Amino acid sequence: MEDKNNIALSVRDLKTFFYTNNRCNKAVNGVSFDVEKGKTLCIVGESGCGKSVTAATIMQLLPTLSRIEEGEIKFRKDDKIINIEKLEKNGKEMREIRGSDIAMIFQDPMTALNPVYTVGFQISENLKYHTNLNKKEIREKCISLLNDMGIPLPEKRVDEYPHSYSGGMRQRAMIAMAMACNPKILIADEPTTALDVTIQAQIFELMDKLKKENDTAIILITHDMGVVAELADNVAVMYMGNIVEAGTADDVLRRPTHPYTKALLESVPVLGRGKNQDINPIKGSTPDPYNRPKGCQFAPRCNWQTESCDVMPEITQINETHQVRCHKYEQFFEKYK
Amino acid sequence: MKKEILKLRGVKVHFPVQAGVFNRVVGHVLAVDGVDLDIFRGEVLGLAGESGCGKTTLGKAILRLVEPTDGEVKYISQDDDETELTSLEKKDMDPFRKKLQIVFQDPHSSLNPSFTIFGSLQDPLKKFGIKSKEERRKIIGDLLEAVNMRREYMDRYPHEFSGGQRQRIGIVRALCLEPELIVCDEAVSALDVSIQAQVLKLLMQLKKEKNLTYLFITHDLSVTEYLCDRIAVMYLGRIVELCASEDLYNNTLHPYSEALISAIPVADLDKQTKRIVLEGDVPSPVNPPKGCPFHPRCPKATDICKTEVPTLKKYSTNGNEHYASCHLIDLPEIS
Repeated sequence: MEDKNNIALSVRDLKTFFYTNNRCNKAVNGVSFDVEKGKTLCIVGESGCGKSVTAATIMQLLPTLSRIEEGEIKFRKDDKIINIEKLEKNGKEMREIRGSDIAMIFQDPMTALNPVYTVGFQISENLKYHTNLNKKEIREKCISLLNDMGIPLPEKRVDEYPHSYSGGMRQRAMIAMAMACNPKILIADEPTTALDVTIQAQIFELMDKLKKENDTAIILITHDMGVVAELADNVAVMYMGNIVEAGTADDVLRRPTHPYTKALLESVPVLGRGKNQDINPIKGSTPDPYNRPKGCQFAPRCNWQTESCDVMPEITQINETHQVRCHKYEQFFEKYK
Repeated sequence: MKKEILKLRGVKVHFPVQAGVFNRVVGHVLAVDGVDLDIFRGEVLGLAGESGCGKTTLGKAILRLVEPTDGEVKYISQDDDETELTSLEKKDMDPFRKKLQIVFQDPHSSLNPSFTIFGSLQDPLKKFGIKSKEERRKIIGDLLEAVNMRREYMDRYPHEFSGGQRQRIGIVRALCLEPELIVCDEAVSALDVSIQAQVLKLLMQLKKEKNLTYLFITHDLSVTEYLCDRIAVMYLGRIVELCASEDLYNNTLHPYSEALISAIPVADLDKQTKRIVLEGDVPSPVNPPKGCPFHPRCPKATDICKTEVPTLKKYSTNGNEHYASCHLIDLPEIS
């Protein structure tokens, strides 16, 4: 990372474990990825695969029962490189980064906004702590942010409470809040899952604009391969705490090399392919996190399982951008080429 | 010859809005506002639309889980006997409840946590005259096996099952009275993609085996296209387009359906299209816009759209019947 200026965040071998009732859930178990400036990295996976925990780890927003076990999160701030995992959760440095340099959009805008404060107040909080603007300037900035997000009558809306906003507008207010200090990295945790498709299209348009204008690096967490195809520059597919396949959107969607990626792509009907398309469910269900398979986590549900799968496969670089974690990827790739 | 199982004529569901000290009625939510629809035996009819467009309310109104304010729901039996459901007394409705069933959206809240699966599922069987416990256990056990679950599971409690399994139990509940029509209200929306495919396949298989008719309510147009024979698109309590599922994608007539289709992210890099981004939100159904309900968001709206409400007219695309309600369609109308 030292010599690559375009990388905003680099995560190496990150492990986050949860400890409850004397049991340990290895929610994130050795995850590595880079996020480039002005690019979108999509993290895809089913519920429980650790994608949201990865996001929370980067923001140091983990609950008390969990901790970062191993690994590095390197964040490039101007020319300095900061190791986020070494900072104190509520320390001064982390608080300085959180919200201003790295900001987050949460999944459910209804629970993420505080119902007893006005939207304007909640946006201005961020500006109050991270900038030197005075009261009047902050208010003007709030209004201009809401205006940028396409909220009608921002002068009036800024003094309203979340309940008088619709679902799409609330999510836009959340984005306004996240964008208030021009963050270098924006983490969006399923930002449109709770929204209708027409509103989702509006939010995507907005995120695309931010990426182009501010050169923001975006980490988009989703379970929808359609969203990935539309927005992603780079993709990481997660399963049970590991990244099983990563690469550019082109690599992963056109030439999936991991059986799980392929299975995910085949399990959803694609609009425009009509009634005759074949969808194949993945057999079984995701394993209990306290009772994991020995080696490759996907092995029990995989059609390509062999004895060698009892050992966790290493990451293999297929080409410069494309990497996969599977013993059988060569045979698999040959078959579906 | 296609035979109808349900005929809906002018179905309206209006919920009163109350305010003030005396709970005066100050307005109505026009959740469903005049829907005409025929459902044919053996077909899968999709009902698509954004949240708040009234699709769930319409599904429930058919089963009289909410009472329609106005309009007719006619059930036509296999021997062509017509019965008007909305005017029946509550207890006379019973034999029809057996024929019309529903699978609910949220598998976590639709099962009672303090009953075992058998405890929850046996009540309808008891009510419809299966007196011996042995027989009830047999019926439920057979159905559990039909949805790829083990017979023994009937003595477990809902919390022991995953979301996909619970949804399958919901399907067993709907199936146990051997219904003719099942309303699937967002039956797969709460599930993970890999599980969603399992449930979709199961629904199709059961349809073939048991000769079922589905009214499939969902906001996900890619699922409807895959599953349904015909699709009805709803907007603000009205049907704006109704056609064969391949025509909705290939010969879209209504600008709303067009925008809806373009907004859906497609998991195929070769099929990326330009999104048509609609301005603003769905208007409030308490006070819908005058004229065409879609005109404030419609990119093609003209003056006539602001004043006149378009009616659902019949056209023909690809040799199939195609209904749409828009002033701006250039095709000849068929009577």
